[in-house]
Amino acid sequence: MKKLSVKSVVAIGIGAALFFVLGKVAIPSPVPNTNISLQYAVEAVFATLFGPIAGVVIGFIGHTLIDATSYGPWWSWIIASAFVGLVIGLATMKMNVEEGIDSKKLIRFNVAQIIAHVLAWGLVAPVLDILIYAEPVEKLFAQGLMAAVANIITTGVVGTLLLLGYAKTVVKKGSLEKED
Amino acid sequence: MARVAILNYIKRPSLVHELTGTTKLIFFIAWSVASMVTFDTRILVCMLVIGAVIFRISQIRIRDISVVLGLAAVFLLLNNIFIYLFTPEYGVELYESRTLLFSGVGRYTVTAQQLFYHLNITLKVICVVPVALLFIACTDPSEFAASLARIGVSYRAGYAVSLALRYIPDVQREYTNISQAQQARGIDLSGKDKLFTRLKNSVAILLPLVLSSLKRIETVSNAMELRGFGKEKKRTWYTQRRLERNDWLAIGFAVVVLAIDLTVTFWDGSRYYNPFL
Repeated sequence: MKKLSVKSVVAIGIGAALFFVLGKVAIPSPVPNTNISLQYAVEAVFATLFGPIAGVVIGFIGHTLIDATSYGPWWSWIIASAFVGLVIGLATMKMNVEEGIDSKKLIRFNVAQIIAHVLAWGLVAPVLDILIYAEPVEKLFAQGLMAAVANIITTGVVGTLLLLGYAKTVVKKGSLEKED
Repeated sequence: MARVAILNYIKRPSLVHELTGTTKLIFFIAWSVASMVTFDTRILVCMLVIGAVIFRISQIRIRDISVVLGLAAVFLLLNNIFIYLFTPEYGVELYESRTLLFSGVGRYTVTAQQLFYHLNITLKVICVVPVALLFIACTDPSEFAASLARIGVSYRAGYAVSLALRYIPDVQREYTNISQAQQARGIDLSGKDKLFTRLKNSVAILLPLVLSSLKRIETVSNAMELRGFGKEKKRTWYTQRRLERNDWLAIGFAVVVLAIDLTVTFWDGSRYYNPFL
């Protein structure tokens, strides 16, 4: 395995801290007893900036910490969180947001996050739940679908705006113009 | 924003605290695996009782963790309600027999099998709760990375975890600061606005938070690089301790429980303990 660079190690650490804090602050959503999970938007942005390995580990560590400090860890959803980071990270590899962002890159980011969330909450989490907890299929897929839709909306709106905001702060190559 | 209720390291003199982080990590992993694999009520009850005994030994009081327990209870309750709403006769399918207790309304019957299934699924979750809570409450965070390295996780990953633990309070403080500053400017995050506005408002907090985090990543990784982090293949840990006799006993015990769990669960080829047949 390729060694993690120092920067990725730090990005994972601080990304996981962000994931944890955002997972703990509650922003109420329209459905009772559920909250808007802003942490997935940040995970998506970090996966785009620092690659799939960072994405996976941020999701894994962040979600494990959230669960371990509230009730026992629910491994199937932890793995699904890590999976989201993996898929988004892989699909946005070499996208170079640092060099500016255009609508093509934004579409790629959003397609990636939609695929990631649908697979993670519609497939990975329910299948693992069936294997581990033998819960009824109907309940799991309904739950997974709800989570997927909510996370796609959050990541789509918040993640996209975050990327746009980030790209604006980076000084682009050749942005200096010669004065006449 | 009020301070978020988070379970923390609680320092007290006890046998559980004295164990090395490595031991507690192994114990916790073995316990999670054991509870995930089995559906055998007898084993789950045993694990719950053992967990409760360890909890007594640890000197952690119920009061210390009451918020967390409340959260777990709500979570479990909702989960059980959802399962029942979607499939009121799931237990009948699973245990291949049907003992009707009340005929209920429409499809919502009450059967012994369904109740037994709910009991099992609840036990499965709560028998890990004491061990998971103790793992967090009795392990010094600075020892945690050393424990990960000890069980074979690459030290870079271990270091990432300890960085996360180190920066959680900082990020939290920053979040509170930014959020209050933005609220002073009239940005509202409570439930009053429309969903889309609320999402857009949250960006007003997240963007500064993400940008400052990126800057922090830059600073910290430069500092680590300057000190030669990642140059060698191995790394030693200041907080690492040798495994003592009690550690080996605890690890041995966890392994034995896991072994019994796997044997009993897979002995007759079925995960389910079925008293109905």
